[in-house]
Amino acid sequence: MLSEGRRIMRNVYVVGIGITSFTRLEYPVSEIAAYPSMMALNDAGITDVDHLYVANMGSARINHQTALASAVVDSLSLTPAGAAVVENGPASGASAIKAGFAAVASGLHDVVLVSGAERMREVNNLEATDFIATLTHPLAEYIYGVTLPSHAAMFTRLYMEKYGVTERHLAMVAVKNQNNAMLNEFAHLHQPITLEGILDSPEAMTNNPYVAEPLRFFDACPVSDGGAAVILVSEDVAKTIDRPPIRLAGIGQATDTHAVHEREEPTDLLAVRRAAAKSLEMAGLTPQDVDVAELHDAFTILEIVESEEVGFFPKGEGHIALEKGQTALDGSLPINPSGGLKGKGHPVGATGVAQAHEIVTQLRGEAGDRQVNGARVGFTCNFGGFGNNVVCLTFVRED
Amino acid sequence: MAVDLERILRPEDHPLEPFEAKYMMLASGEHMVIRQIDRDEIPDVLPYLEPLLHVERDYYDVVCARIYSELLAHYRYRAQDEYVLIAQIEGELAAVVNGRQVSGDLGMSLHTIALRRGLRVGAHAFAAKMEYHIDILGHKEVLVVAESPIGFRRWMIEYQLDKRFETPHELGGVPSWSLTKELFDRARSTLVVGRRPVPPELLAKGGSQDPATVGSTHAPGRLVGGHQVHVRPDGDRPHCAA
Repeated sequence: MLSEGRRIMRNVYVVGIGITSFTRLEYPVSEIAAYPSMMALNDAGITDVDHLYVANMGSARINHQTALASAVVDSLSLTPAGAAVVENGPASGASAIKAGFAAVASGLHDVVLVSGAERMREVNNLEATDFIATLTHPLAEYIYGVTLPSHAAMFTRLYMEKYGVTERHLAMVAVKNQNNAMLNEFAHLHQPITLEGILDSPEAMTNNPYVAEPLRFFDACPVSDGGAAVILVSEDVAKTIDRPPIRLAGIGQATDTHAVHEREEPTDLLAVRRAAAKSLEMAGLTPQDVDVAELHDAFTILEIVESEEVGFFPKGEGHIALEKGQTALDGSLPINPSGGLKGKGHPVGATGVAQAHEIVTQLRGEAGDRQVNGARVGFTCNFGGFGNNVVCLTFVRED
Repeated sequence: MAVDLERILRPEDHPLEPFEAKYMMLASGEHMVIRQIDRDEIPDVLPYLEPLLHVERDYYDVVCARIYSELLAHYRYRAQDEYVLIAQIEGELAAVVNGRQVSGDLGMSLHTIALRRGLRVGAHAFAAKMEYHIDILGHKEVLVVAESPIGFRRWMIEYQLDKRFETPHELGGVPSWSLTKELFDRARSTLVVGRRPVPPELLAKGGSQDPATVGSTHAPGRLVGGHQVHVRPDGDRPHCAA
């Protein structure tokens, strides 16, 4: 049935991108969405869109701003274009891109702007942590005080026991991604770190204390404000725009049980596995065809596990590929050249769009010092909840 | 009759035991040296603080204006029993902390200002300051306040300070918090780090003390390094989100 539908879908291209610095931004969340949108419009050289999707998770709760899309479309002087918010937890960004894709592919619209934005640092760290924890199961998890760091810690402990991942592997992800972020002017953390400094020195336990054992401070992403935008257009429109032809060739989405303990094997991230398979199948590609990937490393363990579930490496061997340097910027499959959530930052609603921004930048060959040479196929994994709602995107440069 | 007004205005300092310099490795892999400076070096420190006088974020302006005035007052002999410690990374000024001895039992923590963020530079410097009060000067408690939420998180929460709200702090008369020796001992294993003696090559990078004078308050050297002030107000990270 899906393939039947695909036959009548139009090709969809990304012709414009924009992003803010990921940091602490002291202006309204609607402006955080509008600014990268303007950059994307400028990048594409277009002034009108048919529809705007805004990806956001928490503006109503933490910024006291609802109906965000209505504010953004007017701020951009894009009225009377349609506008709607997509809220799907930390997977809001890629979910909004999926909505935009569907609108263009179906023929409903020719030009769709997708903007993701979040302003999380308006509240303190405790409130931000609680805000994110509201995505957990209300009766089985949240009321018992579960937070995302605690979820990730339990998951990590199981993974360590089952597959031999160690704290050193986690630290290697942190060092790799935070150092990649040094090459990204938009990244939140511009601070290189070393294994010695966060793991081996006598001061390491103070520099890098446990947050939720076995996860330490540098195993977690920062809380960031930020926005990112992409413009999706039909093939006919893309031909009129002088930008490299980057096709959004595959989209896969899958869900899993809301409560993590209900999963048959809690160390499996089935939604990642299924979403990735769908996305790559739709693009007619395999994991081995991917040149560069942005994976959702809200915690360092997630990059390792997602790299396996996507199919880049066999199950249980992601940390071995990491050890061999395969996921480094100069490795055979660079993962998170942008710095990932760990180094670039994680404004939750913007993250999925920012991942797409990085991949398009890479496929265009415009990534500067972090450019993956010859990249023509890029992949993103936007991970919602604790793996209960995942959206994967596959991009292909066509010329 | 001639009056020596300066003699009246200038408080008489009591001799304070010196703080022996120490060093530590940061998350970045860089070594940071924390050492005591005396009056002679204060003019070298002040220009590094000036740019922060106008940074509103995280109360840098308030903290900087106050510590600037405290250092100046110390330099011009208008503060009593004040001391200053600085942190340097590869010779570059990274943090300044200061305080005062009120009595043999009581210390008054004044300010902590970090010029680089995201590496616990300020936290390490604050810990050194508390170490100086409790372990070297022998104070039974140190009165502390925070002007910024970051300071509150670093001092009041991480050290679980006691409330001394009935006692106004010297900084703005606001209610004080107290670090006792017991609290410091509890925090010692997790928050207080540093190695001694400092290798001569590290001190040389600091352009500061002659190794022979380690432990002396009379360091002959000067600050070196660029004048670039590394303040990324966002470099400090709270918790995480998935």
